[in-house]
Amino acid sequence: MTSPSEQGTALRCRGLVKHYGEVAAVAGLDLEVRSGECFGLLGPNGAGKTTTVEIFEGLRPPDAGDVEVLGDRWRGDGLALRARLGIQLQETKFPDKMRVIEVLTLFRSFYPRGLEVSDVLTLVSLGEKAGAYVRTLSGGQKQRLSLGAALVGDPELLFLDEPTTGLDPQSRRQTWEIVEGLKARGRTVLLTTHYMEEAARLCDRVAVIDHGKVIALGTPRELIASLGAEHVIEFAIGEAASAALDDGALRALPTVEDVVRDGGSWRLTVREVHRAVPALLAALSERGVEPTQLTTHNATLEDVFMSLTGRRLRDA
Amino acid sequence: MTPEARAVYRIHSPLLELTRARVLELVREPEAVFWVFVFPIVLAAILGLAFRSRPPEVLPVAVVAGPHAATRAAALSAGSDVDPSIRSEADARQALARGRVVLVVSADDPPTYSYDPTQPESRAARLAVDAALQRAAGRQDAFTATRAEQTQPGTRYVDFLVPGLLGMNLMGTGMWGIGFALVVARNGNLLKRLVAAPARRSHVLGAQLTSRLIFLIPEAGALLLFAYFALGVPLRGSILLLVGISLLGALAFSGLGLLAAARPRTIEGVSGIMNLVMVPMWIFSGIFFSTERFPAAMQPFVQALPLTALNDALRGVMLEGTGLVPLAPELALLATWGAVSFALAVKIFRWQ
Repeated sequence: MTSPSEQGTALRCRGLVKHYGEVAAVAGLDLEVRSGECFGLLGPNGAGKTTTVEIFEGLRPPDAGDVEVLGDRWRGDGLALRARLGIQLQETKFPDKMRVIEVLTLFRSFYPRGLEVSDVLTLVSLGEKAGAYVRTLSGGQKQRLSLGAALVGDPELLFLDEPTTGLDPQSRRQTWEIVEGLKARGRTVLLTTHYMEEAARLCDRVAVIDHGKVIALGTPRELIASLGAEHVIEFAIGEAASAALDDGALRALPTVEDVVRDGGSWRLTVREVHRAVPALLAALSERGVEPTQLTTHNATLEDVFMSLTGRRLRDA
Repeated sequence: MTPEARAVYRIHSPLLELTRARVLELVREPEAVFWVFVFPIVLAAILGLAFRSRPPEVLPVAVVAGPHAATRAAALSAGSDVDPSIRSEADARQALARGRVVLVVSADDPPTYSYDPTQPESRAARLAVDAALQRAAGRQDAFTATRAEQTQPGTRYVDFLVPGLLGMNLMGTGMWGIGFALVVARNGNLLKRLVAAPARRSHVLGAQLTSRLIFLIPEAGALLLFAYFALGVPLRGSILLLVGISLLGALAFSGLGLLAAARPRTIEGVSGIMNLVMVPMWIFSGIFFSTERFPAAMQPFVQALPLTALNDALRGVMLEGTGLVPLAPELALLATWGAVSFALAVKIFRWQ
């Protein structure tokens, strides 16, 4: 729980900059995470999410900018501040021949106060694996152990860096349920992800990050609403036909808000699918073009990212 | 969880928990147990066997066939130092070239001795052969010296060897035990995770040193007990001093291990550095043979190595019963190596 003194803001950063050689991993980033919310940094690989989080965690110094965590700033070894945080790194290899309960006991010893190890085992659904060696755990179980090690100190603010990357769908859902449990208990969580469905499901607010900058900020619902339309039509007609097709003609179709072309593929953001699709097909057949593919879906954060950058999250 | 299990997993201080984690990690690794505890004993046993109860060597020499061959062979057989065989000129030359004999006595009178003066056996054979033939030809010895043969414990090769093996083991486990674990932990992001959770850096490194000292007891103890009871290697000096020297040696090499592992991110990287540090000491620090075999020009380098100091101190206290004061230079050198490398390691240590 947050102490009354900084009720309201759990984390704040201004003008954050970090260069690796010539490359700017973080290029002037401002953020504010409110107490009790689950805040997501959504962006493709290489967008600067991990660097940003590691600066928040006091593991990397920024080149410029100001970071305030739980009303405090990083200086010295920061042990007192660390004791109030839970930090899960993108990947941690715990020793193969340590038992699950021994790992949690070890991490518990670092915190002056915190949860019972047995309660953490229950929290991350590893009760039956308490005596198992780390090397016998599945990928999902290892990830939950890592989550457990971040929770033993009963943190006021929890950092999760790509908590479900590389997990199978079932393990991913299991991790989501744990995070939802933490949210229900009023914990502040900051997570990074490049899965838009993860951000949409878990996060109260999302900052979309690209090239080390925040390019959109809001609740998932607000961000999708910012597209001005809730549906997306995607179709393919081949390169030659696309070249002949006019952008403006498509924009003129009923309820179309946005048009993006990528080679022979087109994306229309529309308000009403039932009106836009017949009009689109009619317009295409007028030009003697037959679509090789046509799909529609409800707009997602992925579409938000695409409309902002013209690229997809996964392969950006 | 049962109340008993809760009691077992009571939370202790971070240093204790980190040390416990390290100790558990090691005892659960059978290979590590073998290299630390079993290997030095096996090595001492094998080398002890090889060098223990062999009778004094009899040197093979050839006598070239001729008018004097039979009498010369008889004269040489009378002593116990050489084993003569009568061969043709060509055969004798070939035997010498191939190392089957170490000296050839020609058929002339007086004879010519053919031998390789750079080989100690050949030189010994020349002295023995010459003395036997001179005596057979009527030479009177000016006096007869009494022989006092030294084969009692304390002067055998195995006695020389055991302190060297102990030193080698302290170096090897100190460097590998610390270096390997740290690089694995760094490579797997565990070091970063430990300091991100609020583990004190001094606790993380302190746990490595503490676990090292815990393992020193069975490791050095096993080798020394085996050497004392099974091989009869003496301990002439103070046990307390021996323990102290071992402790200092273990700490000094832990410092070097820490330094070797301060930066590398991969096992290959740290292995290269370890070998660079340890191979010279295997050769130059008098594990298997005395450092005095190296030329005077190299002695400053040889004597500056930490393992040379450790081996000299161990040999001093075990074989000669040397006290603390005469060993002070060696111990000071060892402590300096440890302190400097530890300080440097902490300064340049890479946590992520």
